[in-house]
Amino acid sequence: MSAYATTIATMITIQAIAVCGLNVIVGYAGQISLGHAAFVGIGAYAAALLATKAGLSFWLGLPLVIFVSGLIGLLLGLPSIRVREDFLAITTIGINFIVEALFRYVPFFGGALGLGGIPRIIFFGIRIKGQAFLLLSAGFLAICMLLSWWLTRSWASLACYAIREDESAASTLGISPVRFKLFAFVIGTAMAGLSGSLYAHYMQFISPGDFSFPVSVGFLSMLVLGGMGTLWGPLVGTIILGILPEVFRPLVDYRVFLYTLLLLLMIRFQPGGLLGRESAARRVLAPLFRGGRR
Amino acid sequence: MQLFLEQLLNGLAMGSIYALVTLGLALVYGVMRILHVAHAAVFTIGAYAGLYLFGATGSLVVAFLGSMAICAAVGVIIERFLYFPLLKYPPFVPLIGSIAVLLSIEEAARLVAGPYILTFPAKLPFPNVYVGATQISSGLLAIYVITAAVLLVLWYITTRTELGLAMRAASQDALIAGTMGINSHAIITITFVMGSAIAAIAGILVGIYYNQVYPTMGTVPAYKTLALIVVGGLGSVPGAVIASLTLGMAETLLIGYANIPLPRDALAFIAMIGVLVWRSEGLLGSSR
Repeated sequence: MSAYATTIATMITIQAIAVCGLNVIVGYAGQISLGHAAFVGIGAYAAALLATKAGLSFWLGLPLVIFVSGLIGLLLGLPSIRVREDFLAITTIGINFIVEALFRYVPFFGGALGLGGIPRIIFFGIRIKGQAFLLLSAGFLAICMLLSWWLTRSWASLACYAIREDESAASTLGISPVRFKLFAFVIGTAMAGLSGSLYAHYMQFISPGDFSFPVSVGFLSMLVLGGMGTLWGPLVGTIILGILPEVFRPLVDYRVFLYTLLLLLMIRFQPGGLLGRESAARRVLAPLFRGGRR
Repeated sequence: MQLFLEQLLNGLAMGSIYALVTLGLALVYGVMRILHVAHAAVFTIGAYAGLYLFGATGSLVVAFLGSMAICAAVGVIIERFLYFPLLKYPPFVPLIGSIAVLLSIEEAARLVAGPYILTFPAKLPFPNVYVGATQISSGLLAIYVITAAVLLVLWYITTRTELGLAMRAASQDALIAGTMGINSHAIITITFVMGSAIAAIAGILVGIYYNQVYPTMGTVPAYKTLALIVVGGLGSVPGAVIASLTLGMAETLLIGYANIPLPRDALAFIAMIGVLVWRSEGLLGSSR
């Protein structure tokens, strides 16, 4: 595998972890989040600060980073989730703009220049880079997908599905919508934090622009393309949208346009995504995967 | 004091522009319950169309009317081909579609007109006015007068005509309005025509006032106006106007006087979260 391919594959894996988290929030619990990049950013900045200012290693910092991202997700989720669906979309956009502004304007976070000098991950005395980093992040992705799979099987996810389909009906059955929405929000933002931590240690330099609102739209596009609420959708969507820019490299000027056009056509004609329940791809592939639910 | 007044006047102009864009969003939310982010792209198209028509004919009247017609058509196309078929899905599906439209129109504008800032060398026929020692430049006066005129016409249509009655009925309950013989899809279309035409006016005004037209001129308004319709109360047109004017002035004054470490664009969202905590239905919203 060439260094070029390894880099792209690593970025795709790191992004897929974030999209996996977004899938828990949007796909499983039906709560729109248009500010997911903010939570990836919170994870990345927490990891970077812990590594550069507190001198913690990636492994010691990781539980803290995940805890902090989940906690901030909980705190920001509390007011957001009590409001109506349309408000939630706008509130999460707002969170993204405010978080990015804080990173950019508070000197503690390095300001517009960003944070540099983030050390590499050391694993049993070996500096992890290149293909080893790809393996490491693929491992984390596998854990996130396993967790997602477990969530689809657990009672908590049944509650989340019920809330997604009909909130009032679910609450008459004794399911507290707020509790399970928050549960999904915390799991989703914790995964975003993990993705951010990996990103910070991989790039070794982060700046506020890496976590701006368009990045959130990108995450959501990947999820929509792959299929909201499906297990493999986040991975498929991230791989396609991660490779497309490389394939379209000769058409560099038209790249973003084709990208947005693809998203538009997808949401218009297959809002369930490539792997969604009623999608064309699923109809074609169904005979091959008989027995696989969701 | 002099400086304060001038800041206030600039803020009022800023707020008027916000109001013109936010109006369309509030109208559309009222009849369709959709967050029409792509409205800001219609605003950008309005500015470009106005600029080209002005360049081709040299007449501002043609530029305004032509651009309004083009934007109305674009608005109706977005409604017919994107929103209407997606109404049966959860609200975030049309919202994502709307963001996709916004981004693709921005990209299309960049590809067709180029990524650079174009100038809009037109002057609106308004005089410079002096109030005491404070000068109100012709550009500012144009924005005030045109915004006031648009608001007045809109107020007249929605409160004093049968069409307005039908629009209000459809926005309260489309189903019941339908049983009363109101063609609610036609009402939705008319709403998009009106909102988009107003966005065209806003686009041209911004283009002339700042003498700038560029592909991403709609990006910041796109999301800021979302915060504004929440602050005003989702779907409430008067609320949206009040929120816009207040924000325009608050932004300008806060940047001028208080040394806040946040950029002005985050202010709308902070105000929004504050309003949501204090009064979750917005300033003039009903708790439906």
